[in-house]
Amino acid sequence: MSRKILEVRGLSRIHGKGCPLCTQHTGPEFDTNICPFCGSVVAAHDINFDLYRGEILGIIGESGSGKSSTVKMLYFDDAPTSGQAIFFDGAEQHDLFSLNAAQQRSMRNKRFGMVYQNPHLGLNFQISAGGNIAERLLMSDLKHYAEIRRRAGELLSRTEVSLARMDQNPKTFSGGMQQRVQIAKALATRPPLLFLDEVTTGLDLSVQAAILDLILEIQNELDTAMIVVTHDLGVIRLLAGRTLVMKHGRVIESGLTDQILEDPQHAYTQRLVASAL
Amino acid sequence: MNSNYELPLEDAGYSFGFLDEYAKKEVRRCILKAIAIPGYQTPYASREMPMGRGFGTGGLQITLSLIGVQDTLKVIDQGSDDSVNAVNLRQFVQLTCPGVDVTEKTEEASLLQSRHRIPEKPLTEAQILILQVPYPDALVVVEASEARRKIMHAEADYSRLLVKLYEDIVHFDEITISHRYPTRINGHYVIDPSPIPRWDVPKLHQSKALVLLGAGREKKIYAVPPYTLAEPLVFDDIAFRVEDFRDATGVRHACRCCGSTVSFLDEFSNDQGMVAYQCSDSAYCEEQQQTGSAA
Amino acid sequence: MTQAILTIEDYAKTFHLHERNKDIPSASGVSLSVYPGRLTALIGPTGAGKSSVLKGIYRTYLPSSGRILYRSKAGNVIDLAKAGEHQILELRKQEIGFVTQFLYCLPRKSAIDVVAEPLFARGVDSHEARGRAEKLLAQLAVPSHLWNVPPATFSGGEKQRVNLARGLIAQPRLLLLDEPTASLDPATTERVVEHIQSLKETGIAMLAIFHHPDLVRRLADEVVELSPPIAVTELSKD
Repeated sequence: MSRKILEVRGLSRIHGKGCPLCTQHTGPEFDTNICPFCGSVVAAHDINFDLYRGEILGIIGESGSGKSSTVKMLYFDDAPTSGQAIFFDGAEQHDLFSLNAAQQRSMRNKRFGMVYQNPHLGLNFQISAGGNIAERLLMSDLKHYAEIRRRAGELLSRTEVSLARMDQNPKTFSGGMQQRVQIAKALATRPPLLFLDEVTTGLDLSVQAAILDLILEIQNELDTAMIVVTHDLGVIRLLAGRTLVMKHGRVIESGLTDQILEDPQHAYTQRLVASAL
Repeated sequence: MNSNYELPLEDAGYSFGFLDEYAKKEVRRCILKAIAIPGYQTPYASREMPMGRGFGTGGLQITLSLIGVQDTLKVIDQGSDDSVNAVNLRQFVQLTCPGVDVTEKTEEASLLQSRHRIPEKPLTEAQILILQVPYPDALVVVEASEARRKIMHAEADYSRLLVKLYEDIVHFDEITISHRYPTRINGHYVIDPSPIPRWDVPKLHQSKALVLLGAGREKKIYAVPPYTLAEPLVFDDIAFRVEDFRDATGVRHACRCCGSTVSFLDEFSNDQGMVAYQCSDSAYCEEQQQTGSAA
Repeated sequence: MTQAILTIEDYAKTFHLHERNKDIPSASGVSLSVYPGRLTALIGPTGAGKSSVLKGIYRTYLPSSGRILYRSKAGNVIDLAKAGEHQILELRKQEIGFVTQFLYCLPRKSAIDVVAEPLFARGVDSHEARGRAEKLLAQLAVPSHLWNVPPATFSGGEKQRVNLARGLIAQPRLLLLDEPTASLDPATTERVVEHIQSLKETGIAMLAIFHHPDLVRRLADEVVELSPPIAVTELSKD
C-alpha cells in the first residue's frame, strides 16, 4: 500500500489578470514575482511535491516567496489558477480542486486541520476555549454534550492548557497558550493532514520550543502528516524530515532537511543557510 | 379561497384584502414553495402596508392573501385577543375584507394570526396558524453575512448554533434560550420559530394544522407543514425542556383566574406587589373559567 | 567472507559555492565495503573526507559522483546516491543509523526520551522503549539522576553518550559512527568499546571514524585510508 497522502502537481496561483509571459519573466532568475508586462503577481508557480502519511514537510522561504499561498490553496482558503492536488484518504481519493464548495468545506472541517500564525484566524474569540474545540467536534457531527466536554478537555490537557481555563475566553490567554488552543482545535477531528503556518513566529523562544516539542509529540502519537510553513531554519531543523525551499513563487530546491541545511545546492539556499544565526 | 369572488373595485379603489390580486398571488406562490421545502426561508416581495414594518406586516400579508369571505379569523398577541396589536390587525382585516367573520374562540377559527404564542387548545387539520416573525433566520446570532448563512442552511451546518447552546450550558448550566428556540424542520432546515416560548415548540411537531411564518421587514415566508418533524436543536444527552412553572418547593403554579396547571403562564406583580400567575392564552382561560373544569 | 552490506564505488563529493563561484572538493575516489558483524574504519588526515563519506551514505550530502550500493533487509540493492527521499527516510528509520558528533534535540525532552525516540518512531511500546533506553544509558555510564533531565545542560561527554545511546538503541543493520568517543574519558571509552564489540557479535555492520589509532587497532576488521582530494579549483567567471 502506498503511504502517500497528498500529491501536488503543477500548482500555480497568479494574482491579477495574467498574461502569457507572466511565468516566463518572473522567478528567482529575474529576482521578482511581479510580471513586468502585466503587473500580475505570480504567488506560486508549478509547485510539485508528495506528502506521505505521518511525514512532516517543511516549506521555507522569505516573505512573499509563496509558501503561505501554497498552503492556503491546499486548505481552500484560496483557489489555484491551475494545478492539481490529490488527497489519499484511506481507500478514497479526492481531487481537491474539482470538489464542489460543500465537499471542500466538509474536507476542511473533518479531514484537515490548520494552525495559523495569527490566532484570530484560527480561533473564535467570542466563545470559550472549550467552545472553540466543541465547534470542530460539532462540525464533524458529534452531538453528545458530555462527550464533547470530555474530548475538549482531553485535547486541551494534551496541548497543556490548564483545564481551569477551558471555559474562559481565549482572548485572555497568552500568545503561546492561544497557539496551543489553536493546535487542540485543529486536532479535534484527528485529521490525517495538518497545516501549520508560521505557528511559532512572534512567540518567546522558550514558548516556541515548547510548541515545537508539542507538535512533534503529537505527530509521533497520531501519525499526522504535516506541512510546516516557516521562515525559521531552526523550526525546519527540529520538525521537518523533508523541506522545500521557495523563492519568488517557485520551489527552487527540495530535499532531506539535513541535506538542505548541510549541503544546499541553490545559491539562494546557500545564502540562507550561511546567514542563519 | 373563493373562486367566485370579484374585485370590489368601486369601493375606494381597494381590493378585497387590501392587497391587489397579483400581490396575493405572489404571496400564495411563495407559501406553496415554503410548504414544499419545509423550513426554507422563501423570499417574497413584502409590500408596503398601511402600518409600520415590525407590527406584524409579514403575518398580515399571509392572512390577507389566504382569507376569503367564508373564513373565520382569530388574531392574538402574546396569547391575548385584546391587546393593541391584535385589535388593530383584526380591525384592519375587518375593514378590508368585508364579510369575514372574526372570533376569539380557537376552535371556531379557520385562520389564526398570532404574535409570540400558539393557542393552548390543539389545532386541527382545518386550521392554518400564521405567526408573525421579527427575525426569520436562526443563524443570524452566529453569522452576520446572509450569503454565508444561506450556504450554512443549504449544507444543514448548524454546528455554530450548537456551539452557542454549548456555551450556554457551560456558563449557566442550562440552555438559556427562552424564546425563538432554534428548531429543525423535517430533518434539514433550522428555523427561528418566531418568539414563541419554549412551551409552544413541541406544538409544531407533527402539527395537524399548517403553520406559516411571515417576516414582513425581512421579506421571508417559511412553513411547518402538517404532520412534519419539528425538533428543537439539542445535544444527544441533554433533553429539550419546556418551562415548568414550579416554585421552590416543586409545586407547579396555577393560573390565578382559572386555576389551570397545564397552560403557559404569564408572571406579573399584582396590586399587593405579590408575584401572580395567569394563563397567557386568554381565550383558553375564559373557557376554563366558564366550564369550571380546570384540569 | 559474507556478502557486503554496503559497497561504495568511486564516491566523490564536491561543494559548489555560488557566492564565491568556487568548487571545493571534500572527498574523491573513495571505494570501500562494509560487512555484517564487522567494522570498517576510515582513517586519514583531517580534510581527507572521512565525514564526507559518512554523510554521503546517510544522504546528508548529495554525492557528486560514484555509487553507494546498500543491500537492504529485503535483499534489494539500493544506490543510496540516487534513491528517493522517502526511501532514504524509511531506511534511516528502520536500517541505517548515524551517530554524529553533535546532538540536536528538542529542549524539553528528557534524556531517556531522546534516547528512546528512534524506538518510538518505529512504534515500539513507550514503556518498553524507555526500559531499553535506561538499560543502555546505564551501560554507557550516564548517571541515573540525569536520565529525566533534558540533555541541553549536560557536559560534552554526557551529551555524546546520550547521542551514542540514541544511535545504538534501534540496532540498525548498518551503523555509521563519527568519532563516537571523541570527548570521553578512558573509562567510558572502554565501555563504548565493549558495547561496539557486542554489537558486532549481533551482526551489525559498522563504518566508523575514530580519533585514536589505538581504537582502530582494537575494533577495526577493515581499514580504509583516505587521502585529501585535489586542492580547491578556481573557476573562471563566465
